Amino acid sequence: MVFEINAWYADKLLLATWETLYMVIISTFFSYLFGLPLGVILVTTSDGHILENRGVNRVLGAVVNATRSLPFIIFLILLIPLTRLIVGTYIGTIASIVPLTLAAIPFVARLVETSLKEIDWGLIEAALSMGANAWQVISKVLIPEAKPSLILGVAITAINLIGYSAMAGIVGGGGLGTLAYYYGYQRYETPVMWATVIVLIIMVQGIQMLGDTLAAKVINKRR
Amino acid sequence: MIEIKGLTKIYHTPGQEIRALDNVSLSVKKGEIFGIIGLSGAGKSTLVRCINMLEKPTAGQIIVDGQDVTALSSSELRSARQKIGMIFQHFNLLSSRTVFDNIMFPLEIAGVPRNEASKRVKELLELVGLSDKAQVYPGQLSGGQKQRVGIARALANEPKVLLSDEATSALDPQTTRSILGLLKDINQRLNITIVMITHDMNVIKEICDRVAVIHDSKIVEVGDVLEIFSNPRTPVSRDFINTVVNRDIPEELLHRSKPLEGSMTARLIRVTFIGESAGDPVISSMVKKYDVKANILYGNIDRIKGKPFGNLTLELLGDPVSLDDAMNYLRDLGLEVEVFNGV
Ligand SMILES: Nc1ncnc2c1ncn2[C@@H]1O[C@H](COP(=O)(O)OP(=O)(O)O)[C@@H](O)[C@H]1O
Ligand SMILES: [Mg+2]
Repeated sequence: MVFEINAWYADKLLLATWETLYMVIISTFFSYLFGLPLGVILVTTSDGHILENRGVNRVLGAVVNATRSLPFIIFLILLIPLTRLIVGTYIGTIASIVPLTLAAIPFVARLVETSLKEIDWGLIEAALSMGANAWQVISKVLIPEAKPSLILGVAITAINLIGYSAMAGIVGGGGLGTLAYYYGYQRYETPVMWATVIVLIIMVQGIQMLGDTLAAKVINKRR
Repeated sequence: MIEIKGLTKIYHTPGQEIRALDNVSLSVKKGEIFGIIGLSGAGKSTLVRCINMLEKPTAGQIIVDGQDVTALSSSELRSARQKIGMIFQHFNLLSSRTVFDNIMFPLEIAGVPRNEASKRVKELLELVGLSDKAQVYPGQLSGGQKQRVGIARALANEPKVLLSDEATSALDPQTTRSILGLLKDINQRLNITIVMITHDMNVIKEICDRVAVIHDSKIVEVGDVLEIFSNPRTPVSRDFINTVVNRDIPEELLHRSKPLEGSMTARLIRVTFIGESAGDPVISSMVKKYDVKANILYGNIDRIKGKPFGNLTLELLGDPVSLDDAMNYLRDLGLEVEVFNGV
């Protein structure tokens, strides 16, 4: 196959790549800002845990499951009024960050929950036996001990958000999704299509490798 | 130092109730090493975990250093726990922290200023002999070294009581001995009260002053270690003692029969001796004093808390009256004498 991407397309591609990265980074950040505490609450309020609270745990669990069960594209449409309220518009890169973040929060909460659940209960008990309070258990035991697994979770979230952002792009969200849709799909510019595919593959690989490397670094230090 | 009164713990699991402790009462004196031995599932861990309220008692009272820990608010309980150290079978060290920072952990929890805490950690590293491992992660330590870190960590806030739940059960015999030596040393140097949970009679034999035997959620026997070793009153205690002291009479000795002359009779006896009398030449003086002969058939000697402890199986020969006199002589010296056959 012959790639004929001239300078004009190259510029477009670069801009779209940057937009996608931007959306993914910002929405990963915000989804952890809210999802991490939610994950912590999901774990610590579970039965027998340090902040056991059946009511909070069940309600939160139900909300998380409900939002996770919605297909992202439906989520996107449902959130248009809210996005407009927060950002002023529902089109463009900035506007996409709202549905991306909101869709990722419950996903992050479950990932964090899984990571923290793996921590040996003996460590929590040791901390309690020293007189630690709940906050100290969370900040000095749960999070630091789960660090490698949490790092991998961030990579998984970011990769998922790349996929979501492409979907958002189709409804005018900007980034590589928009590029692929306008030029690749609507105008049959196959080289553009392939170029976005390659950029996406590189992006996903890069994030996965970064996550693996950082997690391995933490694990090796402790070994 | 620790007063346990009427402690009952029932676990509620779906479909059944497990009575892990049934009306347990115990008293642990200040500065002693108190052992609690029992088979797996007897309730030992539950008992020790009630002392620092990791497990909430169903009924009963636990007084630690004059404070009823069952009646504390959660913040009072957290302060009380800082003065009750605990060590674990699987060490429970944080893999995310170096040895130094693991020992620092309880000091952080207690809010001790950083430089003061640093000084304390260095002292503790010295105490457990791991100064050269300060910056190493627990993943690089052997089991024995990990437990030393666990001990240093448990001592960081200068507790009055140290609870040990099977702290040597994951270690080989040699490492076990060195850890027990360290605990004994700490007990003597710091006058800290230690409660040792174990299923291993060697641990009791090695360092405990007193022992409670727990069986089926109940305390069946409590007493001085030497006393229980020399005179176990329950089958459970006897079984435990037999795991470390061979008290069985070899089968062939029981069925030995030799033709005897005249009025001579033979008796197969076992003499159990403890402490000082073990060193005395009691058998030879008995033979001199009474008209009996003694064949030493089988012997077994061990040390408990540094004192000799053992038993001798003897065949005593002589007329029945002399045999009785000789045996009474041994009993008067404080030895336990059991007769296995003969008149
Ligand atoms: N958290 C728990 N929930 C239900 N049952 C328990 C729990 N912990 C212990 N048990 C039960 O209580 C009994 C005593 O356990 P434990 O105190 O751990 O014994 P030990 O330490 O002597 O082996 C056992 O039958 C055990 O199965
Ligand atoms: Mg146990």
